[in-house]
Amino acid sequence: MAWFKRSKENIASETQKKEVPDGLWTKCEQCGEIIHRTELEKSQFTCAKCGAHFRIGSKEYVGIILDEGSFKEYDRRMRSGDPLKFVDTKRYRDRVSEAMKKSKLHDAVCWGTGTIEKQPIVLAAMDFSFIGGSMGSVVGEKIGRAIDKAFKTKTTLLIISSSGGARMMEGALSLMQMAKTSAKLARLAEAGVGFVSLLTDPTTGGVTASYAMLGDVIIAEPGALIGFAGPRVIKQTIGKDLPPGFQRSEFLLEHGFVDMIVHRKDLHAEISRLVRYFSTRSPGSHR
Amino acid sequence: MAKMVLDFEKPIIELEQKIEEMRRYAGNPDIAAEIVKIEVRVNQLQQTIYAGLTRWQKVQLARHPDRPYTLDYISLMTKDFVELHGDRSFRDDHAIVGGFARLDDVAVMIIGHQKGRDTKSNVYRNFGMPNPEGYRKALRLMKLAEKFRMPVVTLLDTPGAYPGLEAEERGQAEAIARNLFEMARLRVPIVVAIIGEGASGGALGLGVGDRILMMENSWYSVISPESCSSILWRSWEFKEQAAEALQLTAPDLKKQGIIDDIVPEPKGGAHRNPEQAARVLKETLLQELKALAKVKPEKFLERRIEKFSKMGVWVG
Ligand SMILES: [Zn+2]
Repeated sequence: MAWFKRSKENIASETQKKEVPDGLWTKCEQCGEIIHRTELEKSQFTCAKCGAHFRIGSKEYVGIILDEGSFKEYDRRMRSGDPLKFVDTKRYRDRVSEAMKKSKLHDAVCWGTGTIEKQPIVLAAMDFSFIGGSMGSVVGEKIGRAIDKAFKTKTTLLIISSSGGARMMEGALSLMQMAKTSAKLARLAEAGVGFVSLLTDPTTGGVTASYAMLGDVIIAEPGALIGFAGPRVIKQTIGKDLPPGFQRSEFLLEHGFVDMIVHRKDLHAEISRLVRYFSTRSPGSHR
Repeated sequence: MAKMVLDFEKPIIELEQKIEEMRRYAGNPDIAAEIVKIEVRVNQLQQTIYAGLTRWQKVQLARHPDRPYTLDYISLMTKDFVELHGDRSFRDDHAIVGGFARLDDVAVMIIGHQKGRDTKSNVYRNFGMPNPEGYRKALRLMKLAEKFRMPVVTLLDTPGAYPGLEAEERGQAEAIARNLFEMARLRVPIVVAIIGEGASGGALGLGVGDRILMMENSWYSVISPESCSSILWRSWEFKEQAAEALQLTAPDLKKQGIIDDIVPEPKGGAHRNPEQAARVLKETLLQELKALAKVKPEKFLERRIEKFSKMGVWVG
């Protein structure tokens, strides 16, 4: 039903607020602190004063989480085939071209291999700046190829989600990407390969209802919006205001849907610890 | 006779009512001859109207309040139905029903979304919009099927998973994701049929299988035409255009490589003759199950993952 609607609303309201601007000085929306670009980069795009996490893209996450210079990207130029020749008030292909120009990306996810404290890892990271991080065929296929790579090389998989949901301009094909990625994850699980899912602000709709919620370990950044339906639609449905903190990382932790909330500066170390456990075979254990 | 009549059904229904009235005087040879003539006209009319339905009109047929729902198909197609309840964790969700049943002599686990027909039953069924416990009940039943080596049949008919506060608290997203994951590796055959509305993740949560069928007048997409209209056109008025743009009918999905087959409905739609609709669906299901019974689990599991892996269109 309507989860795209909710997510689209997030796109409108949330993006403008938290995206890192191009200028030298940034004002933290949460506490009003004025932060210099170099400070921001040093603090992994978080506010040193209040801890707010600014929205960043795949490139920044690669830099924060992986060993320096270890990342090798695959399928960088894969882009949408516009299967339905979809037209609303705009042509979908024009939306895609604009997004490509603006973001300098080809679609809403990037994937590749790298190391984390010298341990190999397969990483896929989404970009909310590309049509709201929506999942169409390209996102599904690239996530799928990341899973395949992890499966074939028996390497731990890390997926960093940031998405408003499915990309409705690809109709049912975008819906099927949920099934496609989840089916491949089932095969990965049977092979005993670990999967860490990192949820960032926001993770909603079809992405949450597929790979984002299927991690062996699920990590959330502080304060991220995480849910199936978006807050505005839920509010419409139930006809009352939502409680403070509803659908935020801390709420999900309390309700048992994420394992831990990790500050961005600690992601590298925490994920590294998990990868080490995933590849440990204790004496006497058989599979 | 349909209780509710859609605009494009009107000319046919009116002629049919006329025939019914005239039958009272059927002893009169002139009138009998006239009846035959009108019947021919009804036939022609049906052919032209239903051959030329727009996508939006098909969405309306899929939502027709007289259309058979899961429990109707279960009672028309199967015998010895044993309904099972509850997710063993929170409560029983009435928007998803399921249990053991026999299609002829083939024992299956049959599971589907369930809508209500009037206000009271719609409240009870939550308009066919499941909460997480519905998906978890469905999964519990599928695991039973796996244990007893019984194939699974799912019938999809929902306007979407329920977007409520408690649904989020109990993990709507996780429940759907879990089903996609588990259905991908369930070691018994799964045949999926979209019988009415297949709206987004709420439908797909029961929709992973070896064979995917769509009833002729059902729809399946990532979003409803109305919601799509409200987002992309910023108005609820463009649902017809949205339905066209989304390409959400059975022939559309066949073309997109998402479904395997279209199950023909009686003229005018399943609600005009539920018995016939159920007969055809049952035959189709039995054929599919028979073919799948010959395949080893390793093989159909591999094919199931392959099937969904191929879905999508990209460049480069
Ligand atoms: Zn701050």
